[in-house]
Amino acid sequence: MNARQAGTTSPLWARLRADARVRVGLGVLGLIALVALLAPLLAPYDPRLQLDISQLQSRPPSFAHPLGTDTFSRDVLSRLIHGTRVSFTLALVAVSISAIFGTLLGATAGYVGGALDAVLMRFVEAASSIPGLLLLIVVIALWGHISIVMLTLLLAGVGWFTVSRLVRAETLAVRDADYVVAARALGMPAWRVLVRHVLPNAIGPAIVSATLAVGNVILLEAGLSYLGIGVRPPTPSWGNIIEEGSTRLSSVWWLTVFPGLAILVTVFACNALGDALRDALDPRQLLSAHDDAPFA
Amino acid sequence: MRRYLAARVLQAVGVVLFVTTFAFVMLHLAPGDPIGAALSRPNITESVRQEWRASYGLDRPVGEQYLRWVSNAARGNLGFSFSHRRPVRDVFADAVPNTLLLSGLGLALSFAIGIAVGLVQAERPGSGRDRWLGRALLVLYSVPDFWLALVILILFAYWIPLFPPGGMTDTVLYDYLTPGGKLLDRLRHLVLPVVTLAVLTAAGVARFQRAALLAVLPSDWMRTALAKGLSWRTAVLRHAFRNALLPTITLFGLSVPAFATGAIFVERVFSWPGMGLVVVNAIEARDYPLVTAGVMLMSVLVAGCALVADLAVAVADPRVRLS
Repeated sequence: MNARQAGTTSPLWARLRADARVRVGLGVLGLIALVALLAPLLAPYDPRLQLDISQLQSRPPSFAHPLGTDTFSRDVLSRLIHGTRVSFTLALVAVSISAIFGTLLGATAGYVGGALDAVLMRFVEAASSIPGLLLLIVVIALWGHISIVMLTLLLAGVGWFTVSRLVRAETLAVRDADYVVAARALGMPAWRVLVRHVLPNAIGPAIVSATLAVGNVILLEAGLSYLGIGVRPPTPSWGNIIEEGSTRLSSVWWLTVFPGLAILVTVFACNALGDALRDALDPRQLLSAHDDAPFA
Repeated sequence: MRRYLAARVLQAVGVVLFVTTFAFVMLHLAPGDPIGAALSRPNITESVRQEWRASYGLDRPVGEQYLRWVSNAARGNLGFSFSHRRPVRDVFADAVPNTLLLSGLGLALSFAIGIAVGLVQAERPGSGRDRWLGRALLVLYSVPDFWLALVILILFAYWIPLFPPGGMTDTVLYDYLTPGGKLLDRLRHLVLPVVTLAVLTAAGVARFQRAALLAVLPSDWMRTALAKGLSWRTAVLRHAFRNALLPTITLFGLSVPAFATGAIFVERVFSWPGMGLVVVNAIEARDYPLVTAGVMLMSVLVAGCALVADLAVAVADPRVRLS
């Protein structure tokens, strides 16, 4: 078993290691994770502290405040660093939840088949043809302001459709393979067949999709926060720092530019890594671009 | 073909029904009711509220309310907007043409740019040109919609004031302009939002177009074209490009959701009075009927365009039609 696994996985690792996109993607994401983890140590000021409302209000970048101060005289660099913690953690947690849920659901639907599969897939089809942003706008606008935990769950709630569809398709492809039939014939319980034999062979597209989803969720959260219905101030997130700057766009450009660059770099890293993983895990998918939405 | 058509139309109907039901469930689960939100002033007595609820049918069983909701929505009756003090339908009747103008121009420009870039890349796959363009596209693909709009606004409306910062027309001077001047004023207001929307979606189009071209390059007929003496360039332009245009029709359907969400942000940033801005303002005004109706309308547009694109592919491509 171990020998076989080593034999099949090592060329993959070699390919991934040689890919510049993997190195750049992992490097950037590692750095972002480090910033999120060490936020209180790295931030020069308290992100919520109004330093000096009369002297330090809306100051452009300077030596003491490299990214300037905001309209409440708070240090933007500190808010950005703490915002990393909020935005990045939120995205990771939301994607983990939706990836696990979507994988389990997709694998079950594909393996069991029948009415469960039909109903579930019709639902996924309908739900995934509507932009997640629109669904979230309705929910959040109607429920008023929501907590970060609720926001995370909601983002996970609109994120599992793609994963479950991909995993289901892969499950269907291996469901009747000889080794699965053999495992069944030997009397293995269904859940064990699923976990031991079906899932490991169906998980590739889910990993690619989850990597790309981290970027998408970061964009979604930023967009919602920009619309004023995401993470609530004074808790800093990349999106709501931009929102704060957008009311006085021409005079406080640093509130817009720097958080946006942080989003851009992080999402770029996710997309680069996701692209590289897709090329490595399944070269066939390179050519069928319309299996995955080409738009975020 | 007929079966495919029927299944596809049924699926689109399913999407619309899903959104309608979703909106209904959300309206009902939300804390308070529409009347409570509209008449929250303390000087309105509970009995008046009861009367209002009765007159809107909100005291009826949920099942009946749901059926009425669906049949009203089907007839285009989407409720009453409290913040605009007029029917939701009228609010959107004013806003939809503006969104269609913006999205239509953005769509045309983004497909023109995207297809051209994809073609340039795929003509020399793996070359330096291809790789650098690919990286640039991935950067563009990762840009947050609203952020790019804000940066373009800062750059070209404030720092280098080439274009007006928002709206459809000049708020002060428009009425005093000559007809030619009015047209020019409208065009000047269109430039920044259209370019932003086009740039945002062009990256997706180009990535897709490149993949579509690469998929047909190894075909037998490409080898035949080269064997009969066509240059690589001519073979790509005349043969591969035309075959790779089919998936572009599919792409049209896929790009509509991006335009719907893009429109929300671009319209907000540039104060463009379209559906997106209506929805955003409705969120701030807590105008529930307007938010739900706006999202429903956008979703129906998305589902409709996807359906049209799929049917167009079936008409254009016998392989889809016959399978």
